[in-house]
Amino acid sequence: MNQSLTRTLGMRTILVLVFAFLYIPIAVLVALSFNEGGLPTAWSGFSLKWYASLAGNSAILSAALNTLIVALVSTAIATLLGTLLAIGVEMRRQYGKGLEALIFAPMIIPDIVLAIALLSFFSMLNLTMGLHTIILAHVVFNLAFVCSVVRARLKSFDWSIVEASADLGASAVTTFRRVTLPVIAPAVIAGALLAFTLSVDEFIIAFFTAGAGRASTTLPMQIYAMIRFGITPEINALATIVMAVSITALTLSQRLNRGIIGQ
Amino acid sequence: MTATSLRRRALKISSIALGLALALSAPAAAANLVISNWDGYMAPDAMAAFKTATGVSGEVVVHATNEEIMGKLIAAGGKGYDVVFVSSPFAEVLNKLGLTEPVDPAKIPNLANLYPEATKLPHDVGNTFSVPYTWGTTGLCYRSDLVKTAPTSWSDLLAPADELKGKTTMLATDRWLLAAGQLDKGYSVNETDPAKMAEVKDLLISAKKTLLAYDDTTFYSKLVSGEALMVQAWDGWCNYGIADKPEIKYVIPKEGSDLWVDTMVVMKASEHKDDAFKFINFMLDAKNHAWAAQNIDYKVPNKPAMESLPADFLAKFPNMAMPVADLVKFEQLRDVGEAQRDYSKIVSEIKAAQ
Amino acid sequence: MAPALVWLTALMVVPCALVLALAFFRRGIYGGIDYTFTLENFGLVFDPLYAGIFLKSARIAGTATLIAVVIGYAAAYAIAAAPRRWQPVFLFFAVLPFWSNYLIRTYAWIVLLNREGLITQLLRWFGYTGEPPSMLYTEGAVIAGLVYNYLPFVILACYAPLSRLNPELAEASRDLGASAATTFRRVILPLTVPGIAAGAVFVFVLSIGNFVTPALLGGGRFQMIGNLVYDQFLTANDWPFGAALAMALIAIMLLVLMAQALAADRAAGRAAEANGGADG
Repeated sequence: MNQSLTRTLGMRTILVLVFAFLYIPIAVLVALSFNEGGLPTAWSGFSLKWYASLAGNSAILSAALNTLIVALVSTAIATLLGTLLAIGVEMRRQYGKGLEALIFAPMIIPDIVLAIALLSFFSMLNLTMGLHTIILAHVVFNLAFVCSVVRARLKSFDWSIVEASADLGASAVTTFRRVTLPVIAPAVIAGALLAFTLSVDEFIIAFFTAGAGRASTTLPMQIYAMIRFGITPEINALATIVMAVSITALTLSQRLNRGIIGQ
Repeated sequence: MTATSLRRRALKISSIALGLALALSAPAAAANLVISNWDGYMAPDAMAAFKTATGVSGEVVVHATNEEIMGKLIAAGGKGYDVVFVSSPFAEVLNKLGLTEPVDPAKIPNLANLYPEATKLPHDVGNTFSVPYTWGTTGLCYRSDLVKTAPTSWSDLLAPADELKGKTTMLATDRWLLAAGQLDKGYSVNETDPAKMAEVKDLLISAKKTLLAYDDTTFYSKLVSGEALMVQAWDGWCNYGIADKPEIKYVIPKEGSDLWVDTMVVMKASEHKDDAFKFINFMLDAKNHAWAAQNIDYKVPNKPAMESLPADFLAKFPNMAMPVADLVKFEQLRDVGEAQRDYSKIVSEIKAAQ
Repeated sequence: MAPALVWLTALMVVPCALVLALAFFRRGIYGGIDYTFTLENFGLVFDPLYAGIFLKSARIAGTATLIAVVIGYAAAYAIAAAPRRWQPVFLFFAVLPFWSNYLIRTYAWIVLLNREGLITQLLRWFGYTGEPPSMLYTEGAVIAGLVYNYLPFVILACYAPLSRLNPELAEASRDLGASAATTFRRVILPLTVPGIAAGAVFVFVLSIGNFVTPALLGGGRFQMIGNLVYDQFLTANDWPFGAALAMALIAIMLLVLMAQALAADRAAGRAAEANGGADG
């Protein structure tokens, strides 16, 4: 009895400490973003002025727009390709180790390696780099993540209903649209949201595959430059907004597909 | 068969998607000059003023360090940029790589504003591929209110007094980091003799033990906040600190400094070379160049511009008043060719050392 | 699936093969590549200097991994011990920070740790008047940044096997007179090795190739392999050597993954035995 009480208390303490460790640094940034003076030295009153100054910072706005373009386009392509890949792989059921490794690799390969590989590749092809090269690169890992989320869903899928549908004369496209898609839709959307989040936050690969200038500077690249060049309080406000966006996307994704996190 | 048609259809959809993606995000045909410069190294409204003056529009992109822009330029063969601001040894490399366009003096009448000394700089006598934009020295920037004795030597940074331990920074960039050691030892800032460089390396490794950080970009704000008390700094960036906190002072150590020169180069790959020269000419205009000196707090090699600076400004930033004759006595950093690889390795050894 | 495979081949396999090929050439004097075959880049990887950087990176990544696994395992254990309906909620909030921007999470530590930062301010507020502690730009700061960033994944990885653990096992062990510590060491821990291994591999692989954290929290005083690769490509313009370093990084990653697969296999065998025994 007593022992289990101490045990519960111990477990609670661990949880409190771990959550404090995880959330205090974030909370500090959020709090600072509303601090009039902007410095961690003193609280000088609530203010939205750092948000206002963000709204007037054209470099940040253009970076945010670029990020949005990269994330939306790469997510769209990756969702399509990743879903088809997942179906293709799961339908065959037996698959070689090589294929498995190919799909798994983008998720585990160190960012810096993929980044320099793509930089060398694009520069050998004499390709002018820009947003389009970032998109090409982001699809690589986004596709793998979408595929793995959709595959998890398809593991419990009963392929005999596809066969049944075909036997009843439905075309492959109809079968996909009417039978397969409804089952996997939540996973597809969850995968897409996941890909979107990853793309919005991705820095290293974008940094190496971006072209000249503002036209292909993404938000994480802008944030990196801001951190390196002496810290302005604006960055706290930016951090708060970026985190809010990522967290919303993840929460949605989780609601749609219980299991990204818990599986 | 059904699977095949599904696959074919998927292929079609995805190729359409890919085409769309590329079309959407391909860089719009650049109608603009693209200028790459360090952040805050020119007037924020310079491009607007340039457009008013010449009708040419352009955008400024920033690079954090010489190395960063060099990496991008070499990877892309110089494509995408028209005018690039880099320090002289890097301009030399760009020239040797054939990435720079020869300067056409007929298109830059304002070259006449340069000090005669600035047209005979050893890295590019006669300004054949580069035009100097700013110049100055590298020395010690320190908090005169918190440092017990004012520094006079590179040794004050490399073997600091106890109260300064853990409160000094050095430049992270290969060449200037090494220059601190080379100057302290009395060697050339372009020394390549292996035995001498080994001494420099040992000296800088021992200096690392007392260092807070290597920092190229925020050292002056570390002085202002008090995180650091003495830093290796370019004179102009020390001035940023002085502007915030008058207790900050700048000194050229008795062993000397390098003469650094930041230059403007036009890329051979530029599709707007005439406009690029127009831009350089615009920057060299006495008034514009004086504006730069007064707002970025760096010396400019422009005679009428420097002569127009107000006395109180020169009093506030004493290093701005340094006579040109004294400045050009110092040795310039030069491209060291093959030895750059040894330099990089030495810097890696320093940074990897405990 | 063909388009996806084409995409992965064109934009991952081919570029990586290209990097492998680059590693066998020489660097041109001013950057660029001199197409003469050489093995010297791989030789250079084993130069005491660079081998030393590999070892040091491995040590920093290893320390971060160890700390993250200890904290992460404890957290996962605590979550698994919480009431069933609360577990998904706790888990969700433990993982949430992982999906916010990496740079921002790292930057938060600059705000906390710098000499005039929040921790110093707090100390002063509590009446501390001495020299402010120097915490930023230390190995400790780099490790803290890595642990902070990758902890959520460890929690996730360790939670999975813990939540599947058959509670009867622990009971049986206790009934047989084993102490709580013995039960944990002899029963629970071995069964959760796959989770620990997965989490550890993740932290280690991401840490050893990291260049952002050492750059921002290490103040340039710590070179890790990631920084070295970055430098070869963006500052030293020695692509062939950078390529050789990247390949070495991949080799380390593969070794670690193989070790993990081995640990998982052995644990799977053990789990089947134990669960079968308890059920029967």
